[in-house]
Amino acid sequence: MADAMEQLYQQVILDHARVRQGEGELADYGGESFQINPTCGDQVTLRVQLDPAGEKIQALGWTGQGCSISQASLSVMHELVIDQPVSRAEELGGYFRELMAARGKELEGTRLEALEDASAFTGVARYPVRIKCALLGWMALRDALVQARGRA
Amino acid sequence: MLNPDTVRADFPLLGRTVRGGKPLVYLDSGATAQKPQQVIDAESAFYAQTNAAVHRGAHQIAEEATEAYESSRTVVAEFVGADVDEIVWTKNATEALNLVAYGFLNASLAAAAAPGSPAAEAVSPEARTRYALVPGDEIVVSEAEHHANLVPWQQLAAKTGATLRWIGVTAEGRLDPETYSVIGDRTRVLAITHASNVTGAITDVAALVSRARAVGAYVVLDACQTAAHMPVDLHALDVDFAAFSAHKMVGPTGVGALYGRRELLEDLPPFLTGGSMVEVVTMEATSFMPPPQRFEAGTQMVAQVVGFRAAVEYLRELGMEQVAAHEAAMTQLLLEGIAAVPGVRVLGPQDAADRLAVVAFEVDGVHPHDVGQVLDNAGVAVRVGHHCAQPIHRRLGVHASARASAGVYTTIADIEAFIEGLHEVVRFFATPETPTMQASTVESGKGRV
Ligand SMILES: Cc1ncc(COP(=O)(O)O)c(C=O)c1O
Repeated sequence: MADAMEQLYQQVILDHARVRQGEGELADYGGESFQINPTCGDQVTLRVQLDPAGEKIQALGWTGQGCSISQASLSVMHELVIDQPVSRAEELGGYFRELMAARGKELEGTRLEALEDASAFTGVARYPVRIKCALLGWMALRDALVQARGRA
Repeated sequence: MLNPDTVRADFPLLGRTVRGGKPLVYLDSGATAQKPQQVIDAESAFYAQTNAAVHRGAHQIAEEATEAYESSRTVVAEFVGADVDEIVWTKNATEALNLVAYGFLNASLAAAAAPGSPAAEAVSPEARTRYALVPGDEIVVSEAEHHANLVPWQQLAAKTGATLRWIGVTAEGRLDPETYSVIGDRTRVLAITHASNVTGAITDVAALVSRARAVGAYVVLDACQTAAHMPVDLHALDVDFAAFSAHKMVGPTGVGALYGRRELLEDLPPFLTGGSMVEVVTMEATSFMPPPQRFEAGTQMVAQVVGFRAAVEYLRELGMEQVAAHEAAMTQLLLEGIAAVPGVRVLGPQDAADRLAVVAFEVDGVHPHDVGQVLDNAGVAVRVGHHCAQPIHRRLGVHASARASAGVYTTIADIEAFIEGLHEVVRFFATPETPTMQASTVESGKGRV
């Protein structure tokens, strides 16, 4: 297979697409978001529960359908933000959006490191249509967090 | 027999490469067709020599532009078996379908207004009789419709209180004759596709027209997928309205057409209003021109109309029987080729009879977006998603699909490259431990969910 596909579909992405972290319906939650990608019809429903102080992401669950990029991105996102302060999750979301705007260029050191497995999505940013796939989960998280915090 | 290699040479875009020097294999003609040099030249020559506003101005160029615009109408009308004054230029098929739906709406609004009021007088009594819908009236579509031939009718039903009903689709992806009985005494409009842009299934128009005639319903045909791929004779099909887009017929974007039987267009209220479609305008009221001008408000897409003419002349030159025969051969190859790839399922009829070379499919465990990406990497352009037809995907039990569609320039080599690409898709995403991705057991998120 040509390198282009291996660069896009990094092993990390394929692994996360197969064994997805955080997939499932959350019964107790403070914020929920439904996002759809109208070009391909991919969708996700994401729920988030904060700790009693309203500062940390205590639980996060998502259900939906989508391509390997969107599913892997949701899974990686779950891994990154679970048990993290809301502010950190938002910071990471910012980095990821930055990565998607970078057209395939890597972010500088500390930001790329902070993204951990999510840095595997660097190559996705070379394919404008796929950026939306990678961002689907992060959009849902941002939206759900606004709600959860409003309620906390 | 049509020689696709000769045809191909007319289409400059097909000579380009993609994704780092790979020859382009274009299998997305169902979305939009590529354009032959003849069409590009016609449009360009119009701008270089004949450009002027039509139906206004007394100068020579305006005369020539008007002549180019109107003679194109004659050529396109003839191509689809219509009379010249039965063809209205629109920006695309979507606009043509909306034009009809809004005609019904405008008549319905007038009929619902107080008798004698300005709102009631806004359309002619004939328009009210023919087109006004009231609660209890029914509009019939099918589950196979492109959103362009579904949403406008859904909207019309919602605004008039009419009921939207639909013909179902069989597991094979054809309109289900068992459900034709939804066409009943209250049916006023039957809006139906000539061929599905997902399954490629060609509709038995005659059977549906006879049912519609029996209950006095108007038939609106969405001929978008058929007009460029088989001979279409609208008079012979005996439909009341039909819509098609030039861009799917090797013609330009920005132009399409509505066909309407003459006496029906005569009574249909205008959709868009403004310049070019009026007779007398006072500060109080306006009288409208007869069709087709009544439906062509504002400055028109004249260069594109001229390009549309060149496109149908190009197709006519090839011969639509030859085009249909060539594409039937491509359909056969596509279906056979796909059938030989393990884990790939065609959504739609499995044999080439009564079907176009539009083949949607799903690859077991691989999302259509990922299918499209790997094909794209091999230079093969297919469409992925729901192809603006969500209900039929739902009916066939899938969320989305990938779709390969052929055209006059599709070669055996194209199909072979596509099939080879499909094998690559399967290889790339297959893993011994988890043979299917979507069906893989999902670990709940580290015990937190
Ligand atoms: C069956 C069918 N109907 C309607 C349309 C709408 O055509 P357009 O987008 O050119 O208006 C399409 C094209 O996508 C189609 O395939």
